[in-house]
Amino acid sequence: MHIDPAYWTFFFRWLHIMSGVMWIGLLWYFNFVQIPSMPKIPDAEKPAISKVIAPAALFWFRWGAMSTIITGLIEAYLNGYLTDAIAFGLTNHSIQATRIGFGMWLGTIMWFNVWFVIWPNQKKALGIVQVGPDEKKAAGRTAMLFSRINTMLSIPMLYAMASASHLPM
Amino acid sequence: MKNPLESLHTTIVLGLVLTVVMVLIINAMYS
Repeated sequence: MHIDPAYWTFFFRWLHIMSGVMWIGLLWYFNFVQIPSMPKIPDAEKPAISKVIAPAALFWFRWGAMSTIITGLIEAYLNGYLTDAIAFGLTNHSIQATRIGFGMWLGTIMWFNVWFVIWPNQKKALGIVQVGPDEKKAAGRTAMLFSRINTMLSIPMLYAMASASHLPM
Repeated sequence: MKNPLESLHTTIVLGLVLTVVMVLIINAMYS
């Protein structure tokens, strides 16, 4: 069976979009729903969030981030604009490469924050890694603030990603 | 001083401001 190479670029775009929905959907769940709701939940019921829901959400959150960046890089490579986008379109003077480049770099910063700041700190904050109470509190605050940074960056990132394909030249 | 990112509303406003800045930079690159 012959599959057109153009199909594979579409296939990885589809995987990229699904992974991105998983990642950013859970990022927004944390910031729009879970974090603002925690103070309203009685202390006795908080473990339902911190011991059950948050760890499960964080699993799909960080692997959604990983899948998004991997499928995005494959898609950019198959489309032939990977290096031009990394260079913000300065190599081929293409506004589409510039737009997708901004999206890629913002997404890469966000991916880095997930794996190297948010997740290590969440492990301490949720008690997956045992630390003292002061360090636990500080880790929770760091994770929350970097989650907020990612929420902030998700707004221009999604604009850049969507505009690369859907805004006129 | 309170970190502005502690507020969800401020976070969203900052994200929108960054979006405008990014669009202005891209437009300036191609003007």
